[in-house]
Amino acid sequence: MTDLTAKTIAELREGFRGGEFTARELAEQYNTAVASARALNAYTVETPDDALAAADAADKARGSDELGSLAGIPLGIKDLFATRDVDTTAGSRILTGFKPRYESTVTANLRKAGAGMLGKLNMDEFAMGSSNETSAFGPVISPWRRKDGGNAALAPGGSSGGSSAAVAAGIAPAATGTDTGGSIRQPAAFTGICGIKPTYGRCSRWGIVSFASSLDQAGPMARTVRDCAILLEAMAGFDPRDSTSLDLPVPNWETELSSDLRGKRVGIPKEYRIDGVPADINALWDKGIEWLRDAGAEPVEISLPHTKYALPTYYIIAPAEASSNLARYDGVRYGLRVETEGGLDAMYAATRAAGFGAEVRRRIMIGTYVLSAGFYEAYFTKAQRVRTLIKQDFERAFEQCDLILTPTAPSAAFGLGDKSADPIAMYLNDVFAVPASLAGLPAMSVPGGLDEQGLPLGLHLIGRELDEQGVLNAGLAIEERAGFTAKPTRWW
Amino acid sequence: MSVTNEQVRHIAKLARIAMSDEEIERLVPELNNILGWVEQLGEVDTDGVEPLTAVIANKLRLREDKVTDGNCRDDILANAPVAEHGFFAVPKVIE
Repeated sequence: MTDLTAKTIAELREGFRGGEFTARELAEQYNTAVASARALNAYTVETPDDALAAADAADKARGSDELGSLAGIPLGIKDLFATRDVDTTAGSRILTGFKPRYESTVTANLRKAGAGMLGKLNMDEFAMGSSNETSAFGPVISPWRRKDGGNAALAPGGSSGGSSAAVAAGIAPAATGTDTGGSIRQPAAFTGICGIKPTYGRCSRWGIVSFASSLDQAGPMARTVRDCAILLEAMAGFDPRDSTSLDLPVPNWETELSSDLRGKRVGIPKEYRIDGVPADINALWDKGIEWLRDAGAEPVEISLPHTKYALPTYYIIAPAEASSNLARYDGVRYGLRVETEGGLDAMYAATRAAGFGAEVRRRIMIGTYVLSAGFYEAYFTKAQRVRTLIKQDFERAFEQCDLILTPTAPSAAFGLGDKSADPIAMYLNDVFAVPASLAGLPAMSVPGGLDEQGLPLGLHLIGRELDEQGVLNAGLAIEERAGFTAKPTRWW
Repeated sequence: MSVTNEQVRHIAKLARIAMSDEEIERLVPELNNILGWVEQLGEVDTDGVEPLTAVIANKLRLREDKVTDGNCRDDILANAPVAEHGFFAVPKVIE
């Protein structure tokens, strides 16, 4: 039988509708693939029956008008999305055994479109990390290896590391991700896949375990730009249950895809030429500029003067919001409880000490400090002021250009353990991703090529607010010209 | 600004995270390292700049004042580590 796991979602949609295979055959192939790749540690829960049930429903509906855009397509779901009666842990010990009695809006939308679920995907604890090493389930291992023969285990990026590894390894045709400060884009870049974070407010946050609410956005991770467009259309949409959800129609991103960029100006921010970035990455960036020029766009140099302050701003705002959001884990309503002497307060403190990992505790402590009496103005309000300046940088830049092109990350995938001893070194990996998050802008990573070690590198496109179309179109232009077809060699 | 052992102990108390003296000892330089790094924001002139409150302009909506859910006590209690008589149960707080 044909290997259906090698196909894109657009191809699967055609093949299924054309009767080349049944949705059940597709789900069965994926279920087998998932079970044969446990060495990657990408899934924390496997739900083969869920995938089969959606497949059977799709097979039954085939030929009818009720066929959704994702009928019979099984997906991997990041463990940050609440899934009814299926463990939802956010990669944390404190949510051990939590089975929500409700479904997140985004996954409900995907199910409405006909998708099934292969399982829940591993991630950094509460999405706090850039390597997937902070997960209570242990790190995901990237399917990619350096070609030096050393076989070092590499990070799949984070926090959506299970999602990126699963799509790259062919154990999910696509997956959901979430992005607070790069958590879709950096792992996509590390594993040679595509991932888009839409404008803040496009995807409902309802039922997504909160990290930093003013930054969190869901988005798809998939093998192609077209697949990202298909998935994002299904995921996005107004939701009255999220007060920051945008009450706007969902555009037809897929049908409007076009790699003709004539008349578009692409901004190249000079502040993103930073020290210590490998030559391969700057060379790929230059290639990306040429690819977009070839597609008809005009490159222009722009300035985003507050770029260097984006990361420190993020590492005040995100921990502050996290410390507030994570106050709900109290051992009373769900998840872990550690019984101890000393009453209610002691129970809270013991539960939270045992339930949160080191990075989450560190961020809660930072967040609590910057919000505490006497320091709030100096840290938190100051950061919110700088955030305004960062947003204004983009507004000014978009007077001169329609899109911005940068590298996605300042390095290719690093080894597990390489950065875990130094929090700031880990934080710096999101240097190119965080500014767009702080400004709420749509941004995407598309694979551009391989470095000298044979590891994928991504190019990063940032658009005006609500201009996902512009981002996807430029992504398509890069995809067509990069001809990126490399796949990891199977070792797992 | 840098934090002392005493301050870290106080923050841990505010955050309701139990910490041993060794952990506090270890966290002091870690937190100071991060705080020292974020303090570069002091270089930025923010006089007259409003703090950002909404990243994408959006109006807070009002909905009709009517009951839209309810009768879901068992769902709400389903994940409680301890639930008794239809309530969340906590350690005794009044002697």
